[in-house]
Amino acid sequence: MQNLNFTGTQINYYFVCHRKLWLFTKDIRFEDKNEYVQLGRLIDENTYKRNKKQIEIGKIKIDFIDNKGVIHEVKKSNKIEKAHIHQVKYYILTLKRMGVENVTGEIDYPKLKKRETVLLTPEDEKEFEKIFSNIREILDKPKPPAVIKKTICKKCAYHEFCFA
Amino acid sequence: MKQSLYLFSNCTIKRKDNTLMFDIEGKKKFRPVEAVSDIFLFSEHTLNTKLLNFLGQQKIPVHIFNYYGFYSGSFFPREQYLSGHVTISQAKHYLDKKKRMLLAYEFLNAAASNILTNLTYYNNRGRDVGEKILKIKVLKKSLKAADSIPYLMGIEGNIRDLYYSAFNEIVQNKIEFQNRVKRPPDNFINSLISFGNSLVYTSILSELYRTQLDPTVSFLHEPGYRRYSLALDISEIFKPILIDRMIFTMINKNELTEKDTEKDLNYCYLKDKGRMKFLRKYDERLKTTVKHKKLNRHVSYKRLIRLECYKIVKHILGEEKYSGFKMWW
Ligand code: SF4
Repeated sequence: MQNLNFTGTQINYYFVCHRKLWLFTKDIRFEDKNEYVQLGRLIDENTYKRNKKQIEIGKIKIDFIDNKGVIHEVKKSNKIEKAHIHQVKYYILTLKRMGVENVTGEIDYPKLKKRETVLLTPEDEKEFEKIFSNIREILDKPKPPAVIKKTICKKCAYHEFCFA
Repeated sequence: MKQSLYLFSNCTIKRKDNTLMFDIEGKKKFRPVEAVSDIFLFSEHTLNTKLLNFLGQQKIPVHIFNYYGFYSGSFFPREQYLSGHVTISQAKHYLDKKKRMLLAYEFLNAAASNILTNLTYYNNRGRDVGEKILKIKVLKKSLKAADSIPYLMGIEGNIRDLYYSAFNEIVQNKIEFQNRVKRPPDNFINSLISFGNSLVYTSILSELYRTQLDPTVSFLHEPGYRRYSLALDISEIFKPILIDRMIFTMINKNELTEKDTEKDLNYCYLKDKGRMKFLRKYDERLKTTVKHKKLNRHVSYKRLIRLECYKIVKHILGEEKYSGFKMWW
């Protein structure tokens, strides 16, 4: 079975902004002075400290897996996002390709006091093949994809880079 | 926004937990490390490797100046924002003559614009520099026709000579300023220009360090001419904006006089007090904000330097043609 070569962040960014995916992959990164990013870090560092055992498997980093085989991912967002869900689905797929079956996922949104259960369906698996080839195509481009000009740009670490 | 720290009075700098501690003759001051962008050291200080490791971790460069206020070197943390893709593209822009000329031209064209803005400002206030403005305008136009770096540099030299010869008129003949002499500066104005230019150079280095650009690969100046020659390229644009205006104001308002300098055999340099006054003004200037047309909000001059670096990155990536920053006020 083919190994998966992307990180969870790359899958996440694919759903957020193709430009961000490109820049991030080419190591064009900037200081996270952004208050949103900092808030995210605080939540990461404090809220879930007790359970925190980040696991690195190949290219992915999972927040933690509990003893029922559930992947947990913590997100700071005040909105449940497709990008988060696909990121966790990608983790499940990666584990599956490594022979770890029956894994499910759970995204915790401490700000919303909510959790979202994530399952990987056969349709998802098919969709991922398309996503992977799209990502490869984006990354093969010599130039970064165009600025998307959406509201998320305001809190993006690349804001000044993209707009100045 | 993170701030630059300028240290004068001899002190001992240490890491204290996660803050910086400055011990000035037993008086202790603390600064949270997150609030510091870079550190400028003047006069003598004591620091240890524990501190340097800490600054390294926090990605804070340290710039060191010698007794005379001349730049002597920088400490750069090993952690950098490197990107192989950007480095290779930057080198390509140096190697391809056309590409290199385009960037070199932009640096000088923007510099000439900013010089003209300064002169026009004073011409409108009754200083007789109109003829020099006209000549510089002609020279600026001829930059376009230059087909080699030495040719560009030649025109630039002429522009500078004309510009510096206008200084006497601007500072109302308070001081004799004949020629720009760099190493070592031989008179009052030259010593201010030298000091100011090295400040701009180091501020730009600090900003470059926070991007993926390699500061040793330059376009206008020959790489290796000075170690971080890309900072020299970008300095051309910001010297008239940050330093020259400030020098004129300070002299005309008598905030700095020849008494603030000291003359050695053939040196002229700022004394500690003068240096402090100069730096305080410089720091104010870096923090001054202007409305940014594209971002549609106010950004500081210091931020403008960073944005200029971003523009160069975008140009190098083949995204957006670079156009050097020109003052519009
Ligand atoms: S600022 Fe907008 S366009 Fe730029 S990377 Fe971020 S999300 Fe994408």
